[in-house]
Amino acid sequence: MNKITFICSILLAGILTNNMVLSKFLGICPFLGVSKKLNTAFSMSVAVTLVMVAASAVTYPIYHYLLYPKYTYLETVVFILVIAALVQLIEMVLKKYIKPVYNALGIYLPLITTNCAVLGVTMLNIQNELDFVSSIFNALAAGLGFMLAMVLFAGVRQKVDEADIPDFLKGLPITLIAAALVSLSFLGFAGIGG
Amino acid sequence: MEILIPVLVVLIIGIILGLGLSFADKFMSVPVDEKQIKIRECLPGANCGACGFSGCDGYAAALAAGEAQPDKCAPGGETTAKALGEVLGVKVEAQKKVAFIACGGRPDKVKETFEYTGLKTCAAAALAGGGPIACEFGCLGYGDCMRACDFNAITLSDGKPVICEDLCAACGKCVKTCPKSIISLIPKDAKTRVSCSNKKKGPAVLKACDVSCIACGMCERACDAGAIKVIDNLAVIDYSLCTACGKCAEVCPRKVITAK
Repeated sequence: MNKITFICSILLAGILTNNMVLSKFLGICPFLGVSKKLNTAFSMSVAVTLVMVAASAVTYPIYHYLLYPKYTYLETVVFILVIAALVQLIEMVLKKYIKPVYNALGIYLPLITTNCAVLGVTMLNIQNELDFVSSIFNALAAGLGFMLAMVLFAGVRQKVDEADIPDFLKGLPITLIAAALVSLSFLGFAGIGG
Repeated sequence: MEILIPVLVVLIIGIILGLGLSFADKFMSVPVDEKQIKIRECLPGANCGACGFSGCDGYAAALAAGEAQPDKCAPGGETTAKALGEVLGVKVEAQKKVAFIACGGRPDKVKETFEYTGLKTCAAAALAGGGPIACEFGCLGYGDCMRACDFNAITLSDGKPVICEDLCAACGKCVKTCPKSIISLIPKDAKTRVSCSNKKKGPAVLKACDVSCIACGMCERACDAGAIKVIDNLAVIDYSLCTACGKCAEVCPRKVITAK
């Protein structure tokens, strides 16, 4: 398979068939937490995509030149360290240059540190033995997939907010049910690409 | 020795990242308003949200920007409001509030209508035909407010919640929790209080409970300051006008109005 088709298949898989949130169930916390409004959902996913790509770019050389082959068990610890530092950096940049986005994301921005989707992407890159360029594209695809899920779900939630819902389902319960249904619809993509 | 290399690897990565971040901080740090830090130090840090902002930090930011009044902090009360006023250079006359349960019926003054054996919470009992008491607006006495209170200010004694006014932070959680909506926040120094919430007409109320407002209007006529009015068959005191003379309490035939 030549390079371009391979990268296309990575993008397709990351966005649709292996969607981080809806098929792999990673990164549920911001998915439920920041999806109330469309614009915050969008800026959150941009931030997550940025962190994912940057984290993949940094963890690739660290893994292949520092840890491999003897100290691969340090993978989780070192990756978390790198991701935490990156998130801090992005937080500073946002606070300095795009204050409204910083305010809108609030507590969820530092929480990207513990967002398992970010760690998940970097670990999956290693597991699938992707090279540097494919890793970057895989991270980008995962980020875009996250964005798609967030934006879709923000739309669903805005509809749900206006609907007449029984008292006992109001708030989180109906959100979880809606999330399950959106996720179920993404199972339909599982047949494509293989 | 085998362990040394991985330790060094992690250590070096950590140091590099740390240095990178501190350099980034030098170039990109945003000066936080000094006033905001000072304001934040005055606030109690309970993050209860009674001020209407997202936690103490949000309130501090709003105060620094001049978008909020300094008397909104319920847990901090008067002392916090004064401290905030000093920082902001505004004079504050804060009024300490407390929660007050406007019902004197429980447990022996109100008629019981049936024996309730269900779940022992006010919310559940209120669903069962409004609860086992004859008064629709009466305290059910299962203590939902007590469980809602973060400050241990409400205790149950003889099937009736009692509010300890020194502990009450006026956060308003009990106000929201009460299924009968009979708890309200009133000024702490309010000398006269109406212990009934029943908005039905006189005869029905008379039968239901021994301490109930029958909307006779005696208090309204007795009040020289015009602070007490019968609205919706219930005596309501306007505390900004009340002079705490106690006349309303004297004339009340049902002993609903109490004066300290």
